[in-house]
Amino acid sequence: MTRRSGGPLTAAFAPDLAAHEHRSGPLPWQGGRGRLLPAVEASGLTGRGGAGFPTWRKLTAVASGSRPVVVANGAEGEPASAKDLTLLTHAPHLVLDGLQLAAEAVGSDRAYVYAKAGPGADAVRRVVAERVTRGWDRYPVEIIATPDTFLAGEESAIVARLEGRPARPRHRRRLIVEAGVRGRPTLVQNVETLAHLALIARYGAAWFRRLGTPAEPGTFLGTVSGACATPGVVEAPLGLPVGELVGLADGPTGPLAAILVGGYHGAWLPADPGCRIPMSREALASWGASPGAGVVIALPAGTCGLDATARIAGYLAEQSARQCGPCLNGLPAIAATLRRLADGTPDPELVARLDRLVALVDGRGACRHPDGTSRLIRSAMRTFAGDVAAHLHGSCLEAA
Amino acid sequence: MSAAGLVDALWYLGRGTGVMTLLLLTIVVTLGIATRSGQPLPGLPRFAVAAVHRSVSLLAVSLLAVHVGSMLLDPYAQLKLVDLVVPFVGTYRPMWLGLGTLASDLLLALVVTSLLRHRLGARTWRAVHWSAYAAWPVAFLHGLGTGSDSGQRWLQVLAGGCLVAVAGAVTWRFLPRGPATRDGLAAVGPGPRR
Amino acid sequence: MNEPGTQELRVDWTVCAGNGLCTELLPELLERDPWGYPLARHGAGAGGGVIVPAGLEGYARRAVAACPRLALHLDPVQPRRS
Repeated sequence: MTRRSGGPLTAAFAPDLAAHEHRSGPLPWQGGRGRLLPAVEASGLTGRGGAGFPTWRKLTAVASGSRPVVVANGAEGEPASAKDLTLLTHAPHLVLDGLQLAAEAVGSDRAYVYAKAGPGADAVRRVVAERVTRGWDRYPVEIIATPDTFLAGEESAIVARLEGRPARPRHRRRLIVEAGVRGRPTLVQNVETLAHLALIARYGAAWFRRLGTPAEPGTFLGTVSGACATPGVVEAPLGLPVGELVGLADGPTGPLAAILVGGYHGAWLPADPGCRIPMSREALASWGASPGAGVVIALPAGTCGLDATARIAGYLAEQSARQCGPCLNGLPAIAATLRRLADGTPDPELVARLDRLVALVDGRGACRHPDGTSRLIRSAMRTFAGDVAAHLHGSCLEAA
Repeated sequence: MSAAGLVDALWYLGRGTGVMTLLLLTIVVTLGIATRSGQPLPGLPRFAVAAVHRSVSLLAVSLLAVHVGSMLLDPYAQLKLVDLVVPFVGTYRPMWLGLGTLASDLLLALVVTSLLRHRLGARTWRAVHWSAYAAWPVAFLHGLGTGSDSGQRWLQVLAGGCLVAVAGAVTWRFLPRGPATRDGLAAVGPGPRR
Repeated sequence: MNEPGTQELRVDWTVCAGNGLCTELLPELLERDPWGYPLARHGAGAGGGVIVPAGLEGYARRAVAACPRLALHLDPVQPRRS
């Protein structure tokens, strides 16, 4: 599921350490704790794991604590995303460079790579040994395998797993950057964010800002799937219109009904004007959407969006960690109600019931799983409003 | 009052408070199960059920103190201080007395950990609180074994009543329950996690 | 009771079992959802919890102490978790 498209990350892919050094130069150690922070701040780099939090603020918060811990998050629980796996298998050295630089920047001596058991974790395990032998790494890196669940990559779930408990979200009384793994300040960064960090350390903040928008600089890795000619991972500058992102996957296979932006916790955009909306937090916010982790799914015309959403809702309900009452009870109820709506059950109460359930689960859990589910359902009810009306009368606008 | 009369009074006080303690502990266990179930009782909202459970347990401990104290003073019981904490080393009916010591040790642990539960954390508190299911039968057996009224009708009826109450409550607590339905919404998904 | 609250009441959803004692002890701020779990009557604050008005702080502390699962926490208001 890999595709080479333009961009500095893609250009830095390397099959081994020698090629990596040839292509990108040696690891640019900064000479001490905190030295990298001004460059990160100037670059405007934000997290590429979905939340889009300013990276320099996270680094600064962790650096101000004692005995911090750094974690490269490659869990990629989102089924429609493949960018983290691509990075771990094609550019592990870039990611590990970023992890070493982050460890130096916050003054940590403990680094972890947190990835799904499989090709990604295996690739990292292989190269870590080589980097140690070649004297490339200063800080020891431990690879922690995680189960293939949707919530495995959630920050508090990661902390739990690193403490030897099951990878399930936990209630947090303090921020993880202050008190994470065993009470130590913990930096959790997506592997793509660390890859960008490794390049910023080499080429500088101004270089990073050449691409993207002034408010949201740099490139990102997106995973395009659905009704496109060549589904796969693409690299693009932030601010690129959604339709052009699909174009990087060789374009839609036909007219589109809608596009899901941001993955299973994202939002549906109608194909028109969705394709023209820039892939940026600012532009997507007014649609109740965000770039998330760059997942874009193209829904072809003739496919029922409510049916697609109902299937996703069923998956999300099944992926609940089953710890929190509102999520454990609400998500299956949402999935079942949406399924009845998608199946054309002419019950006028369904919409009100769905609205009520969605409002009941939003914000009421240890993690953002119910929040994300609410966002997806609300966007579906908005974008497919015509279908909703048709379904309540026993027909569907899209499917025959 | 004569010395013999005083000794008799202590004996009756000890037996009386012993029976009362068992009765109160029976109430504590049933109210504890009611608290955990999250169900209100007639005339008692949930927070009151929990509060009464707590109050009655403190009352039970007070009566237990009188029960033990009077036995210490009563020469007939031959109770030594060590018998208060170490079970089965007593002189008078050591086996049955030892059960009493065990029960009171458990009760003390239950009450102290409950008073400190915000400091100990939910996991530790819950682990110790499970011993309540052991403390009650131990106290019950102690009452039947050491008590000199065991042959009396009134005690048998009382003990039987307590046994039925606790057995009933415990059975109800461990029976699998179907999902609760409120507004019909919960009927669609799995029931509340209890 | 109109002073802005400095404390926020938050639920540890991973241990809350919906016993409902808190909703009885703090009815001004909490009600029960259809499954028995506490629901903010006037909407949740930015931190995901309920801002407690200064006049109700004592009652909120009682509710925190009464929770059988120790699922309630009263902490100073903090910004939305990152």
